[in-house]
Amino acid sequence: MEHYLSILLKSIFVENLALAFFLGMCTFLAISKNVKTALGLGVAVIVIQAITVPANQLIYSWFLKKGALVWANGFISTSTVDFSTVDLSFLGFISYIGVIAAMVQILEMTLDKFFPPLYNALGIFLPLITVNCAILGASLFMEQRKYDFVESCFFGVGCGVGWALAIAALAGIREKMKYSDVPPPLRGLGITFITVGLMALAFMSFSGIQL
Amino acid sequence: MAAGRVNKVLFGPVLDNNPIALQILGICSALAVTTKMETSVVMAIAVIAVTAFSNTAVSAIRHYIPGSIRIIVQMTVIASLVIVVDQLLKAYMFDISKQLSVFVGLIITNCIVMGRAEGFAMKNSPGISFIDGVGNGLGYGLVLLFVAFFRELFGSGSIFGYEIMQLTRNGGWYNPNNLMLLPPSAFFLIGFLIWIIRAWKPEQIEEA
Repeated sequence: MEHYLSILLKSIFVENLALAFFLGMCTFLAISKNVKTALGLGVAVIVIQAITVPANQLIYSWFLKKGALVWANGFISTSTVDFSTVDLSFLGFISYIGVIAAMVQILEMTLDKFFPPLYNALGIFLPLITVNCAILGASLFMEQRKYDFVESCFFGVGCGVGWALAIAALAGIREKMKYSDVPPPLRGLGITFITVGLMALAFMSFSGIQL
Repeated sequence: MAAGRVNKVLFGPVLDNNPIALQILGICSALAVTTKMETSVVMAIAVIAVTAFSNTAVSAIRHYIPGSIRIIVQMTVIASLVIVVDQLLKAYMFDISKQLSVFVGLIITNCIVMGRAEGFAMKNSPGISFIDGVGNGLGYGLVLLFVAFFRELFGSGSIFGYEIMQLTRNGGWYNPNNLMLLPPSAFFLIGFLIWIIRAWKPEQIEEA
């Protein structure tokens, strides 16, 4: 249990996707002008991360990994093809992005049908999430670090929460920044970058935490 | 295809309409690879190739893509190209591909590639789309190299791995600034770059 808790906390604070790996920056900078929409987007990211990372983990371990197709030997006579040596891991990118696009679509339809208020709140952000690098990034890290199914559940939730935390914090700062006198060429994007840099410095104080 | 238009499409994105500095696109995978010049050059070339060829491919089939599923079609084209790039890197530059780790894969979700396919290639012929892809890739690569130059110079005292400023641990005078190798410095550098570009070209200033 401690091991899982460690993965969760590590992915939220120490290896925050937005502030330590620069993932999901486009949406991170574009949708952080006020706290309310930032929170909506954050919640959507948490939900999608929690579903797609474990789903991609299953796909990777049952279909793509070298030797993962060994179960198919039971269906087709081994004399023609030997599935235990098949390595499909080069198909990783395209399968993950497919899963993500499909999950986003399914989630959108489910929410529309069963939870209309939540759908209306998240509505415009859901399609945007497909091209959010934080989602694909989390799946790729899962593959690279060889997480098993339970680990990847915790990792997915952790990544989502960390990203949501970062965007909500940035939106809070940007709301206050309206009242400050920023030099004109630095307004908007420039000062936001510098703010994010300072936030990343603050988050670095978590590094080195061992659980 | 007039020469003036080619020029505009090719060099416009480098300074006037830089994808990173003005359009806020593609920052995602850009910053993590900029601790060294070498990885940034490889990354820039990979992005230029993917953008140029995905633009060409999308533009060539633009009349046959049904509007409702165009995003998925573009995504598939881009993902296939990225797989090719990734396999090439693994085959010929294994060390660099290890250093770039997941960020090669993240070219798929790089908003520049997607944004150009959707915004330019869907409306223009393959030739000019190819040039537009190269131009935007160059704009991206330029920012990448700018950031990497300062990070490597001040962070490890070297450029492309050659020592420019001799480090104290090798008996020289320069004490490396480790902050430059950490994530926050990339944000500061891009912030300052935007500041410089907008001070020079005031029409890009945002109403905040």
